[in-house]
Amino acid sequence: MAYPTAAHSSPPRQPSVKVILSSVDVQRVVDRIAHQILEKTQGAADTVLLGIPTRGVPLAQRLAARINAFEGISVPVGVLDITLYRDDLRRNATRAVGPTQLPPDGIDGMRVILVDDVLFSGRSVRAALDALGDLGRPAFVQLAVLVDRGHRQLPIRADYVGKNIPTALAESVKVTLAETDGSDEVRLYGEVAR
Amino acid sequence: MNSYLIRNVSVLGAAPTDLLLRDGVVAEVGPGLSAPEATVVDADGLVALPGLVDLHTHLREPGREDAETVETGSRAAAMGGYTAVCAMANTSPVADTAGVVEQVWRLGREAGLVDVQPIGAVTVGLAGERLAELGAMADSAARVRIFSDDGHCVADPRLMRRALEYVKAFDGIIAQHAEEPRLTEGAQMHEGEVSTRLGLTGWPAVAEEAIIARDVLLAEHVGSRLHVCHVSTAGSVEVLRQAKARGVRVTAEVTPHHLLLTDVRAETYDPVFKVNPPLRTATDITALRAALADGVIDIIATDHAPHAVEDKECEWAYARPGMLGLETALSIALDVLGPQWDLIAERMSRAPARIAGLTEHGHDPAPGVPANLTLVDPAVRRVIDPAESASRSRNTPYARMTLPGRIVATFLRGEATVLDGKAVR
Amino acid sequence: MIRHLLSGADLDADTATQILDTAAEMAAVSGREVKKLPALRGRTVVNLFYEDSTRTRISFEAAAKRLSADVINFSAKGSSVAKGESLKDTALTLQAMGADAVVVRHPASGAPHRLADWVDGSVVNAGDGTHEHPTQALLDAYTMRSRLGRLAGLSVAVVGDVLHSRVARSNVLLLSTLGAKVTLVGPPTLIPLDIAAALAPGTDVCYDLDAVLPSADVVMMLRVQRERMGDSYFPSAREYARRYGLDGSRMARLPEHAIVMHPGPMNRGMEITPEVADSPRSTIVEQVANGVSVRMAVLYLLLGGNNR
Repeated sequence: MAYPTAAHSSPPRQPSVKVILSSVDVQRVVDRIAHQILEKTQGAADTVLLGIPTRGVPLAQRLAARINAFEGISVPVGVLDITLYRDDLRRNATRAVGPTQLPPDGIDGMRVILVDDVLFSGRSVRAALDALGDLGRPAFVQLAVLVDRGHRQLPIRADYVGKNIPTALAESVKVTLAETDGSDEVRLYGEVAR
Repeated sequence: MNSYLIRNVSVLGAAPTDLLLRDGVVAEVGPGLSAPEATVVDADGLVALPGLVDLHTHLREPGREDAETVETGSRAAAMGGYTAVCAMANTSPVADTAGVVEQVWRLGREAGLVDVQPIGAVTVGLAGERLAELGAMADSAARVRIFSDDGHCVADPRLMRRALEYVKAFDGIIAQHAEEPRLTEGAQMHEGEVSTRLGLTGWPAVAEEAIIARDVLLAEHVGSRLHVCHVSTAGSVEVLRQAKARGVRVTAEVTPHHLLLTDVRAETYDPVFKVNPPLRTATDITALRAALADGVIDIIATDHAPHAVEDKECEWAYARPGMLGLETALSIALDVLGPQWDLIAERMSRAPARIAGLTEHGHDPAPGVPANLTLVDPAVRRVIDPAESASRSRNTPYARMTLPGRIVATFLRGEATVLDGKAVR
Repeated sequence: MIRHLLSGADLDADTATQILDTAAEMAAVSGREVKKLPALRGRTVVNLFYEDSTRTRISFEAAAKRLSADVINFSAKGSSVAKGESLKDTALTLQAMGADAVVVRHPASGAPHRLADWVDGSVVNAGDGTHEHPTQALLDAYTMRSRLGRLAGLSVAVVGDVLHSRVARSNVLLLSTLGAKVTLVGPPTLIPLDIAAALAPGTDVCYDLDAVLPSADVVMMLRVQRERMGDSYFPSAREYARRYGLDGSRMARLPEHAIVMHPGPMNRGMEITPEVADSPRSTIVEQVANGVSVRMAVLYLLLGGNNR
């Protein structure tokens, strides 16, 4: 288990932790999603991958790279910052706004695949759909996620799922990626014991 | 008439003794006095001072009775240890006639809490254009001896010269608000780093110093008495020092706030710190304190300036200048000078009484002198709460500050105006 | 995050940079078809203007509306203010209306500070007396950064009536925080003696415009009111223009990359000639557009979270 469990720290405050996907697993899952995209979109024609920050962005880049490796097709990649469309802005300290970068040819009439690391309540995807609507008019919008942990609060589902992980509401799922965190891994943290 | 036996009081810091106040005078002084008919005041740990005399008080009546009346201001004065105050002339109507000064004088008598000595205006309506009837005010029941356009400077040099000369006939004195008006147009605070940063129009020190320099030369030339109100700058101190060394008949006052607070207070833009002349710098404070100690500055005067809430709870530029001072002056003197009781008595009672010609005031408690005195508890430290003020206004700049000393009792001609730290009426 | 924006001194380098970075994202929104964001939906922004300043008011109004805030314009003319209502009473009224932010322009220095004591919402200083105008400084900094690529190390000459200029004060504070070198230029009557000590120790003062131009990356011309003549700050408009006005021949002494800025409204022929104002070096029109983006960023950063 990679989680440091220092002997002297008070054990009751430490959440339990379980590695769901190892580094190798993450690579395999990304490959599978890339194949599924190629299959479902008949060769990823007129398709754009839009990563949702933070970890959706490197995932989108990896998917594009794998699609290119498998079929030699270049899928445009962009970044869709959803900060200003979130419905929980007032519940937290002000969030920093990140850049939104659309591919040069835009998204009008395209198949946009939103890419995120974890699908949970569905609220981020809702915000992304709103943001997309202000940026243009895609022909289709699809969703790809590395992990679906359930507990949806909105009628949203993913078109491409790397791994379904049944979780309890109080648990949390943490994705790390080499580009943002130094290494690839997906962990499940248990409830903090009281 | 009541009589009071004050037990175990330290007169100006001396060994404890008893004071018997009877028939308006200090009847006896000495340890172990007995007077069965007298009310006993236990003054263990208290210091007796001659009743304080304020040469510079704004009582606002007539005209702004919503800010202060002669009665409320008198009560605030008594609570501050004062037995006499000189009421400034910038009322509405202006105290520029015998009628108005007599009205103020009569209101003071009716309140009966301190002796209210009206100051007359130098010029009609404080307009700085022609002399008011100074002689008529001097001859009135109010017996005015100090004349001042305070709030405004008598800027016209010829008019100032005439005023200084004219009052010699009845041993009057001109108290000048030294502010060169052209150099202070629109001025909001001391001109310096802070005013530059705050974008508030500056009131340069030179605007005060230039008028004092001119006026001491005029007073010297015509051989008259000049009193300088609220000296606020180190440069003014130097001008006065030289003038006094030459023998010019000039006296000067400093306010408690100019001894304690600096222009940095303006950073809040809270106009409770807006005052004229403005709060200056730490360098000025050092010079003013030194001058107060060595006598270049003769007295502490409060420039007690009550203002209604709406005149202070507003934008800085629209606020009226001025601060409350009567109830905190002694505490600040104690803070600044320490327990130098003789010096405090000199600067806050004897010297101001001499300058104003108030012969019944400014006498150390001794057999036969009028029983105008105050008892101070120097050991108490108190937090200033504006809501507790006896003034009708609340514009004290010392809110929430902790200051040393508290007035426990004040006696005016042998009658208590303050007892147990509370106004008697 | 800060709660109010009253002075350039309220911003440290990180916060100021965050505002400029956010403004860059807001500028991208201004370039697209749907120029609206939902971030401040349900928030109320009051524009409380005690001075006529249509350009600043509509800039704030556009900024708030693009973020979907409700905007209430409260101008002093024809209102209860003109009938003598005090600032405090107005503040209590705004408070009762549930203003989340009050953008205030006021002829008295420090009025926004007073207002901040009386309302729960955020207060944004949109220019107070001769004190400050922090969003103007932010948009100036934004303009410099987008034209010249950086702020640290830039030499910025601020020219004109520094004494009465709220734009100058805010710029000196903000630019110094962000590492630019500011030189104040003008007649000695219009430059306070102790301005460097008062605002930013590294600030230089120079009375000779021609000496400053060859090494300036930015020249910011301040509006000079002709009325100052009456107060003997300078002898005549003609003499002022000759000594401190920016004309074509002076502009030629600037380095090739240098830009010319003006917060507007300009006195053409006084501090700046039309030839300079309309030249490609001039950023005057950009400054207006950047103003909306910067004010969006400020409103978002003040109101976008639960910064109470």
